[in-house]
Formats: sequence, C-alpha cells, structure tokens
Amino acid sequence: MSEDFKGGRLNSIVRTVENHFVTGLAVLSTVLVVAPLVAVFSYLLYKGASSLNWAFFTKLPVPVGETGGGMANSIIGSAVVLGLGSLLGIPVGIAAGVYLAEFGRGRVLANMVRFTADVLNGVPSIVMGISVYALIVLREKHFSAYAGGAALGIMMVPTITRTTEEMLLTVPHNIREAALGLGVPNWRAVCSVMLRTASPGIITGCMLAFARVAGETAPLLFTAFGNEFWPTGLNQPIAALPLQIYTYAISPYDDQHRLAWAGALVLIVLIMVSVTLVRYVTSRGVLKGAS
Amino acid sequence: MGVGIEVKNLNAWYGQTHSLVDINLTMPANHATALIGPSGCGKSTFVRCLNRMHETNPIARATGSVRMGDIDVYKDASPVEIRRRIGMVFQRPNPFPTMSIYDNVASGLKLNGFNNRKILDEVVERSLRGAALWDEVKDDLRKKSGASLSGGQQQRLCIARALAVEPEVLLMDEPASALDPVSTSKIEDLIFNLKSQYTIVIVTHNMQQAARVAENTGFFLNGRMIEYDSTDKIFTNPTDKRTEDYITGRFG
Amino acid sequence: MMRIKFHQSLDELKEKLLVMAGMAEQAIQRAIEAYRVRDASICNLVLRSEPSINRLEREIDQMALDLLAMEQPMAIDLRFILAVIHINADLERVGDQAVNIAVRVREMEAFSSIDLPVDIPRLAELAAAMVRKALQSFIEADAEMAATVLTMDDQVDKMNEAAFYALSSLIREQPELTPQALNALIVARNLERVGDHATNIAEDVIFWVQGKDVRHHVPTDAS
Repeated sequence: MSEDFKGGRLNSIVRTVENHFVTGLAVLSTVLVVAPLVAVFSYLLYKGASSLNWAFFTKLPVPVGETGGGMANSIIGSAVVLGLGSLLGIPVGIAAGVYLAEFGRGRVLANMVRFTADVLNGVPSIVMGISVYALIVLREKHFSAYAGGAALGIMMVPTITRTTEEMLLTVPHNIREAALGLGVPNWRAVCSVMLRTASPGIITGCMLAFARVAGETAPLLFTAFGNEFWPTGLNQPIAALPLQIYTYAISPYDDQHRLAWAGALVLIVLIMVSVTLVRYVTSRGVLKGAS
Repeated sequence: MGVGIEVKNLNAWYGQTHSLVDINLTMPANHATALIGPSGCGKSTFVRCLNRMHETNPIARATGSVRMGDIDVYKDASPVEIRRRIGMVFQRPNPFPTMSIYDNVASGLKLNGFNNRKILDEVVERSLRGAALWDEVKDDLRKKSGASLSGGQQQRLCIARALAVEPEVLLMDEPASALDPVSTSKIEDLIFNLKSQYTIVIVTHNMQQAARVAENTGFFLNGRMIEYDSTDKIFTNPTDKRTEDYITGRFG
Repeated sequence: MMRIKFHQSLDELKEKLLVMAGMAEQAIQRAIEAYRVRDASICNLVLRSEPSINRLEREIDQMALDLLAMEQPMAIDLRFILAVIHINADLERVGDQAVNIAVRVREMEAFSSIDLPVDIPRLAELAAAMVRKALQSFIEADAEMAATVLTMDDQVDKMNEAAFYALSSLIREQPELTPQALNALIVARNLERVGDHATNIAEDVIFWVQGKDVRHHVPTDAS
C-alpha cells in the first residue's frame, strides 16, 4: 500500500513536470511565430517612419534629386486595383463555394471545380501576371487598371471558394431543413439563411484573400504596369504601392530607398486597417447571444 | 381550420432500401394522430413524405398518394407550396442562430418576400402567444437571438415560427424528446390547444406522450403500419400481438 | 426480452394472489365442513385465519399500486394488474363470508340439530366448485373456463331462491324451528354471495385475457 502511494506521488510529480515542459514549448513556439512579424514591423517602423510626412500621402512622385515627393497616386492606385479585384474575386469565389457546398456534393463537375481551385492556388503570381498580360493586355494593346484588377481577382478566387465551402459545411444541416420546412425555396434558404449563418467565416476568407493579394507585385508588373501620375481611367496603366516600392527599392538613390521603406510601412498598416474596419463593421450587426 | 390527410399505398425508398411499404391511413382534421414504433421503423420517413421533405435527400423517392383535403400533395402543388400548408417542427430545436426572436418567428413570411411591418408585428405576437412563449420573450423580441433561449423555449420558438405561416397541418417529429419534463408538458398542453385549429401528426418514442395527446395512434414496424386505431384501444387492448409486444416493452 | 425486472414483479404479484386464493379457498372449505359436522373447533380455525387474509390483501394492493406507478404498464399488463386488484378484493370478501358462515355454525350449536328441507351442503359444494374453477381459470389464463363459471352462478342463485321459499314456509308452519331456519337461511345467503364473488373473479379473468368487460351480463338462459 505504501509502495502504491509512493508510486502515486512520483507519477504526479512527473505529470506536473511534463505539464510545465509542454506549456513552455507552446509558449516558445508562439514566440517563434510572432517574433518575425514583430521584428519586420519594428524594422519597418524604424526605417520608414521618419520619411512619413503629409507630402507622402498627397504628392506625386518627383524626379530624382528633387524633394517633397510622395506616393499618393500609388495608394489610390492600389485601392482601385484591389477594389476591382475584389469586385471580381469575391462574388465569383462565394458563388463557387456555394455551388460546391450546396449543389455539387459528389458531382463530377464539383470535383473538377475543386481541383481547379486548388491548382489555381498554387500558380506562381508571376505566371498569373503573364497570363493576364497575354489574355488582356496584348489584346487591348495597353496596360490597364482592370487588367491588374483581373489578375488580383483571379488570385483571390481559390481562397474565397475553399473558405466559403468549408464555412457552409459547418452550418448545421438542420438549419437548412428548418428553412425548407417553412416553405422557403432552396435558393433562398441558401442565400438568406445558410450564407448568413456562415458569414463570419466567409468574411474572414475574403479578408485573407484580400490581404494576400494586397501586397502582390508580380501580377501587377505586366498588367497595371505602374504610373507616375494620377489615375486617369481604368483602361490606363495605374500605379500601385507594391510596384512603386519595388521600383524605388531597386533604384540606386537613397531618397527613393527611404520612400520605399515608408511605402512598405504604409502598405502593411493600410492592410491592417482595412481588415480591422471590415471586422468592426460586420460585427456591429451581430445580436446578443448569437453564435 | 385544419384539414384531414389521407394516405394511400405510400411506398418510399432511400436508394435501394424500401423504407416504407404500402402505408394506408387517414388522419382526421383537427385531431392529433400519434405515430409510435421502434427506431428505424419508418415513422420519421413517413412524416417527411407528407410535406415532401424527404425529397431534399437526393436518393429518396416515394410513390402512392397523399391527399390533403381535396388536393394531391404530390401532383397538385410544388413542394414549396405544400410546405407552407403543412408545417414541421423537428426533433432538435433549430432556430436560426443569426436572427433575433422576432425575425425567427417572422422568417417564414419574410423569406418569402412579405414585409409589411404592422402585419408582421401582429403575426409574431399571435404566433408567440399560440406557442405559449409570448410572456417570456415579449421584452427581448429584437434584442436576443433565437439561439440564446433555453431548450424548451427554443422548441416553442420553432413551433411559433411554424405557426406564423398559418399552415393547416402541423407535423411534429419527436418535438419533446430533447426536453425536460416541465417543457415537455408545456408542449403537450400546447398541442392540446392547437388541435382546435390545426391537424396535428406527432411522431413520438414516448408512449405515455402519445396517450396523453393523441386521439388516434398508428404503430409502425419495419416500414409497415401494423395497427391504427383509437389511442385508448391501442394502449388497453391492441389487436395485433406485435403492437402489444412493443407497448408492453417485450421488445423495442 | 426486455423489462425483466417488471415481468418478475408481475410473476411475484401473481404468486402472492395465488397464496391469497389458497387461503380464501381453505377458509370456505373449512367453514362448509364445520357446518356439515357442527364442529366448533373448525370454526375457531376459520376465525383465527382471517387476519392473515386481510394482511395479504393490503400487501397485494400495495404491490399493484407500486407497479402501476413505477412501470407504466400497458395493454395486457395493465389489465392484468387491474384484474389482480379486483380479484384481491373478491377473495377477501370470500374470506369474510367464510367467517360469517363459521359464526352462524357456532350460533347453531345452541339449538338442536334438525333436518331442514334444504340441501345446504350441495349449495356449498357448488359455490366452492365455482371458486375453484374461477381460480383455475386465472392460473391458466383460460377465458373459456372462466365463462363456464358465469353459467354456474345461475344455478346457485336458483338454489338459494328455493332455499328461501322452503325455509320461509317452514317458519310459517313450525314457528318453534325459526332459529334453525333463520341460521340456515343466512348460511345459504352467504354461500350465494360466495358464488357471486367467484363470478366476479371469472369476469376479471375474461377482462384480463380478452380485454372484454362482461360484467353485469344477463344470463343466456334467463327465466
């Protein structure tokens, strides 16, 4: 009896040590994951904050040697291109996700769609840019904002599709049955009830896609192309933050390097701000006690 | 006012499985009919054939006739129309989680495009009163979500939601099986009161519930209806030995 | 086979009722014997056994009540328990009638034994046979056997009526024999009641086995 008791004591000590050890590992892993993010952000802050001024946000880029230039047109240009991309990518992605989850279970077409989405996800962004270049730019014989939007939009589709499908599948089956049992047509049940229930997850999917393409440079190289001046039309080349950062970063001039750092900082901050804004706006409609 | 339902030679399949075999019965208007039987006997399948909910399963099909009043449920109307006239309450309460209590009750109407605010207010109050839930939720109609209520309240909310569409028949698939005794007896009292306006079909595992609530009872076994008679006859002196064995607990 | 505990309880209830039946039958047999041989010691035996019958009646009722409350019996099980409760009451009454007869026999000791123009022993035999058959039909759950008990009651009623007329005439013609005649009349009446209780038991068996309520039926050969 006393031996069992001793064994018990030993076991509990071992368990406590194990507990602390694994907890420590978990904390360490978290730190390792967060550290690069913190490091990058701090470094950007350090390098770029000093170049931020009012002119940065309101002025056009100036030729080498002059001071007082900004990246205003790139900020607007990014917004335009991302807006176009979202306009294309979000509806298509959600529609495909709805199809896969609700109407296509087990069908051959659904499997093809899913496969295509996965493949598209893996296509390098430069290849995406070249493809859109061949399909749109060459045909139109000029670079354009909407070509850039198309490239980004296509890149958003796979993420949104898969997330939408997953989120819809998590909606309990009986919610849909409840809607159908009320004499609601199937399409309406899907749109008004299923989508609405799954919307938090779907919105997250959209924002993930958005955040990913917001920083892409390669697809824009041959489509939006970049522009030193204010945007004049959607069928004209347009500036974008990643493009401008790239151009300045590889230039030999210090002034432009500083602007590149500032631009990188602004890009990350703008992405974070837009994501937070979307979260805030969509969460205001949620009721007390809703899941 | 409720209408009666007449079922003739109903057969149903899930893929290759013949899950309902030659069912014939008549459920009278403004009565409650209970369906009892062991698990897997087909009573839930039967009820889902009445409002064509079994069609939501791609491998399901049914033959035979189901008449509600003077229309043929399968031939004279679309599933959507039928489901507005034959309402359904499910085993597990399933209020829409993203909608408020008010919106839940009104959902049958709103999702079909009906938006007149004044009439909706009236309908919501009437339905919640009909489901004996009004007093408990009248101050939180728009503030609380449907999913924040207790189990028994959620089920009464689902009943109110079904009533709001003003069906003529109400199908209830084990409505109280997930609930505690107090909620169960509230719902049984409710069914008793609803009989005057609706025809009710209730599937139940609980024989005492069938006895308390329904005038007629049908016993299902292996996809067939073995016996259908007045409830007191079934429970005091059933004709078929299989019925007796089931209700005395000798199997099932 | 499910509800094993419940079915065991039903068997126990049946056993208990059969013990009660045995005691009631024995009481009647003893009372009739006491009448035949005018033996006071047998009368005392009957009187001393009565408390056990009453105690058993209470136990059986309590057990039946518990089964109703706890097990929600249905259909044939429900009818069985209801029948047991009724039969229980009838058996207790049979015990009471045995006591009544025993008391009468003790009273009759004070008077001289005479030959009366009624065949009480035969009436007693018939009543006892009815009880026996009714209980047998319960043991075997035989509704047909129970139905024959119902027809036997007509005979008992007739014999009792005949005894009444014969003894009334005797009292009118030979008033000095009134005490003996009255005692005999009361015993005949007691035996007729025993027959009625046997009939009730048979009716309960039919209700249990077939679900038919045949109480208060009109005899098929009603005069």
